[in-house]
Amino acid sequence: MSEVMDYPSRLSDIKSRKYGTFSYLPEMTEEEIRKQVEYIVSQGWQPMIEHTEPENAKLHYWYMWKLPMFGETDVDKIMAELEECKKANPGHHVKLVGLDNIKQVAAAAMVVYRGTPPETVLCADLPKPRF
Amino acid sequence: MAKKYEAGVKEYKETYWDPDYTPKDSDILAVFKVVPQPGVPREEAAAAVAAESSTGTWTTVWTDLLTDLDYYKGRAYAIEDVPGDDEAFYAFIAYPMGLFEEGSVVNVFTSIVGNVFGFKAVRSLRLEDVRFPLWFVATCNGPPNGIQVERDKLDKYGRPLLGCTIKPKLGLSAKNYGRAIYEALRGGLDFTKDDENVNSQPFMRWRDRFLFAQEAINKAEAETGERKGHYLNVTAPDVEEMFKRAEFAKEIGSRIIMSDYLTLGWAAHNSLSKWCRDNGMLLHVHRAMHAVIDRHPRHGINFRVLTKLLRLLGGDHLHSGTVVGKLEGDRQATLGWIDLMRDRYVKEDRSRGIFFDQDWGQMRGLFPVASGGIHVWHMPALVSIFGDDSVLQFGGGTLGHPWGNAAGAAANRVALEACVQARNEGRELEKEGKDILTKAAKHSPELKMAMETWKEIKFEFDTVDKLDVAHR
Repeated sequence: MSEVMDYPSRLSDIKSRKYGTFSYLPEMTEEEIRKQVEYIVSQGWQPMIEHTEPENAKLHYWYMWKLPMFGETDVDKIMAELEECKKANPGHHVKLVGLDNIKQVAAAAMVVYRGTPPETVLCADLPKPRF
Repeated sequence: MAKKYEAGVKEYKETYWDPDYTPKDSDILAVFKVVPQPGVPREEAAAAVAAESSTGTWTTVWTDLLTDLDYYKGRAYAIEDVPGDDEAFYAFIAYPMGLFEEGSVVNVFTSIVGNVFGFKAVRSLRLEDVRFPLWFVATCNGPPNGIQVERDKLDKYGRPLLGCTIKPKLGLSAKNYGRAIYEALRGGLDFTKDDENVNSQPFMRWRDRFLFAQEAINKAEAETGERKGHYLNVTAPDVEEMFKRAEFAKEIGSRIIMSDYLTLGWAAHNSLSKWCRDNGMLLHVHRAMHAVIDRHPRHGINFRVLTKLLRLLGGDHLHSGTVVGKLEGDRQATLGWIDLMRDRYVKEDRSRGIFFDQDWGQMRGLFPVASGGIHVWHMPALVSIFGDDSVLQFGGGTLGHPWGNAAGAAANRVALEACVQARNEGRELEKEGKDILTKAAKHSPELKMAMETWKEIKFEFDTVDKLDVAHR
């Protein structure tokens, strides 16, 4: 059994917290982010940027950066907005979203810049077992 | 002009074969594959099916003259050859709206597949497709939540959802079962699942299972920061017991419950679906027993019809077959019925076995679920075939990982995300799958191990229920 690896996830370690699609992959490079922006534009979806403190990532509503970029197809401009949002909100997760108005849902959503979680973590939000 | 009563047996086709009839938008249309008894002409067999599934019986009765049969009768209006089968033919039948109770899937099927399947004039009979008119769609409940609402509730976007059926399906204690759930969820799955026959057996009563499962979910959610669920199967011996279990699942904070819609019965399932809408609960639907009905190519009901009726009854997930796994499933036919689950409007497409345009109006769509005999090596094909709006379920492919469920779950999640990322970048998953997974495994020892474990497993038996094509 010595070759079996432990799975290193802990309540007490905030690095165990995930935040949706692509959070199980290594952080994307600028070139990889650009390809995802190109994909969203090519699908005709509306780009939007959201951000949050990492400890609040579980909430449905993150802060919306300005407004969704309706009709924006210039990949450079979208990349520049992502960069601006990151600079204005140091330590935050920055999420790229593609809104599909036909399906009325986010058709793509991914954290492209990962924030810095606080050092200490409380694990107080567990409901009590009923036994 | 008033008719005279003439007792006796008439040929069905005199009354029920009407090749000049133009179907109305309000008609329910059905296409049957008919193998008539030797010596019975096609028109007579088709008319007999129309008669016996609507207003007719074997002899004329005087009470026929008390109503307007032309207003109510079903009509066989077209006949077509079945490609690759000289004995069978397709019979197209139109049923007027007045034959059916609004919003009652039970009533529609009691009529159109009720007595006629045992009818002596046909050797075998298969209901291949049904066109539900918009008035009927609009009187049905439909999915309690639907794909978009489920994504918003769970906060999961831009990728298929990942699940896993807990195994062994029978025999675990509730505490150990909850352990298996916890491990799979903390590793990165969105859902775990009761198997279809997990109800409330002596080894694990339902209440214990629900409580241990919920504790597992709560901890995995706190640990990963993501929303998760376990499909608590509320299929029960009677509806009072079913609702008791559903209420308890809600009370303890479960997001999703599950039913076996064929063995539970359609009326009971319909009630459960309405309850889910009223109580904000997601509903996963298993199709246990379907192959009894849909597998034989010449007799029974095609799964695309069972798919349509489930969307009408209501469910947020429905098992669809995997195309690539251990269970039966023709690729084109499967693509046809996953469209029927998800899309607003599905056009006639014989290459996918779809005989009629189907307008779903405002009815929400549901997630197809690919489950059974699949593992990480299938991931590129699954993402390519099913797209984002699907649930991919790896049972053995999660729990069978040499390092356990959490590692198995992480391997699947990494493989899934790598495939979605690559697809978005414009890469062809089914061609480049190996490269994509191999690259992803450099950052994931769990995926690397999974790829070494399952490399050689394949299921290559021929499909029994194939689409009808010229060269069988």
